[in-house]
Amino acid sequence: MLKTEYPPAQAQAAKLVLEHVSKWFQTSSLHVHALDDVTLRIAEGEFVCLVGPSGCGKSTLLNIIAGLDHPDRGMVLADGKPIDEPGPHRLMMFQEAALFPWLTVLGNVLFGLKLSNRLSAAERQEKAEYFLELVGLKRFMHNNVHELSGGMKQRVALARALAPNPSVLLMDEPFGALDALTREQLYGDIQRIWSQHRKTIVFVTHNVREAVCLGDRVILFSPHPGRIREEFKIPLPRPRDINSVDLARYATEITRVLKGYVESEVAG
Amino acid sequence: MITRWLAASLFFVGLVAAWHFVVKAQIWSPLLLPSPLSVLEYLKGAAQDGTLWEATLVTVRRLLIGYGLGIVVGIPLGLLTASSRWCHDTIGILALGLQTLPSVCWVPLALLWFGQTESAMLFVVVMGTVWSLIIATDNGVRTIPPIYRRAARTMGSTGLHTWTHVVLPASLPFLISGMKQGWAFAWRSLMAAEIYVTILSGFGLGQLLHYGRELHAMDQVIGVILVIIVIGLAVDKSLFAPTERFMYRRWGTARS
Repeated sequence: MLKTEYPPAQAQAAKLVLEHVSKWFQTSSLHVHALDDVTLRIAEGEFVCLVGPSGCGKSTLLNIIAGLDHPDRGMVLADGKPIDEPGPHRLMMFQEAALFPWLTVLGNVLFGLKLSNRLSAAERQEKAEYFLELVGLKRFMHNNVHELSGGMKQRVALARALAPNPSVLLMDEPFGALDALTREQLYGDIQRIWSQHRKTIVFVTHNVREAVCLGDRVILFSPHPGRIREEFKIPLPRPRDINSVDLARYATEITRVLKGYVESEVAG
Repeated sequence: MITRWLAASLFFVGLVAAWHFVVKAQIWSPLLLPSPLSVLEYLKGAAQDGTLWEATLVTVRRLLIGYGLGIVVGIPLGLLTASSRWCHDTIGILALGLQTLPSVCWVPLALLWFGQTESAMLFVVVMGTVWSLIIATDNGVRTIPPIYRRAARTMGSTGLHTWTHVVLPASLPFLISGMKQGWAFAWRSLMAAEIYVTILSGFGLGQLLHYGRELHAMDQVIGVILVIIVIGLAVDKSLFAPTERFMYRRWGTARS
């Protein structure tokens, strides 16, 4: 009941298009086939979660969309144009906050703003404060990064990523290192901000419940080589509560399918 | 805060008192170990007739120029060795080797190349400073978590901007400790050079020390040593300490 057919080319213009993307990594002892023939379309304003066990290439795919990495084969388009380098329209959030410890909270949010557009100093300041307010940390703007908790750091990272007004937000297991309670708060925050600002979000995680809680679509990857195996539409109303029964039902179904891939790989 | 000051002053008063009593006990000849009072006497006299100020000025000027040159050359070279494997295998290895060379070894070379000139002095100071700075900078840049650069790249930082706004500040803790070490090396090198090389363009503290020995004026030798120590301390407290405090505050690293 949950499975959908592999999506036909959507009628509406896709924000991100990946066509037959393949990627290999060569290390001294290993030849890793990280991505194999990945084709994916993501619509404007869509929240897509990429789920899979570690080593399935989902982070590599995110890096490719960010322009930090390049595919060995295939094509990646953003707004119909090939992606060949990182750009301020596609900002990335990492598992560790990756905030700069030599800057204050405000300085971190200003960093991207100073680079991305030609705003006056006052406008930049105003924008930075607005986004810090949005993540609930305005009163910490003059604090040092090390004084914040893990959850607060990720909130600052979110403000830093949102401030330059990107159209695509790429999130690489951003809540992976946080405790459950903090994570749940952030699920609420991210859904609220997404509904207000309508960014296209590509969210990588290995936590199925998290993916079901956040995504319009959950794309399942299997490793060795990294491939899209299945995708699930999540038509649940928002805002979603990670502890709801409906959500758990979807998560259970997806987990069952995911386990099948992992087990068949172990067996084979 | 006050108790800390008090404890510290007590310690140093005790140290001088111990020195005083050792002299009083006359274990060594006063020619070899002068009393604290006679050292103070010398310092007062040398301060009044201006020799001490002049020597200090000459030495500090050499030090600042040499150290400054060392920084200007060392940090960019360190950035270079950190960013290119070829530079790391060449300049990096050279720096590693030369860093182990005691800077006094440069003195004979400097004398032959530059003669008894200021350039010889500067050469020795720069040689004493630059290698450890290259290594510290290289180290600092290499230990930056790669995620900082990646994060900066996604926000549109490239080339020179990444170097000045990400790489340099991120390696600041290493740069500062490298600069501190470089400062200590510069001091050592300069003193070695001043003691071994007599040049006519100015008598520094090292020369003053050297003449003290020649004249058997141990009060002068010890007096000059004290001045050297005090300058070293003053620079550490006024130049490095504030930067380190800033770093501790920002980075949240342990505070001593």
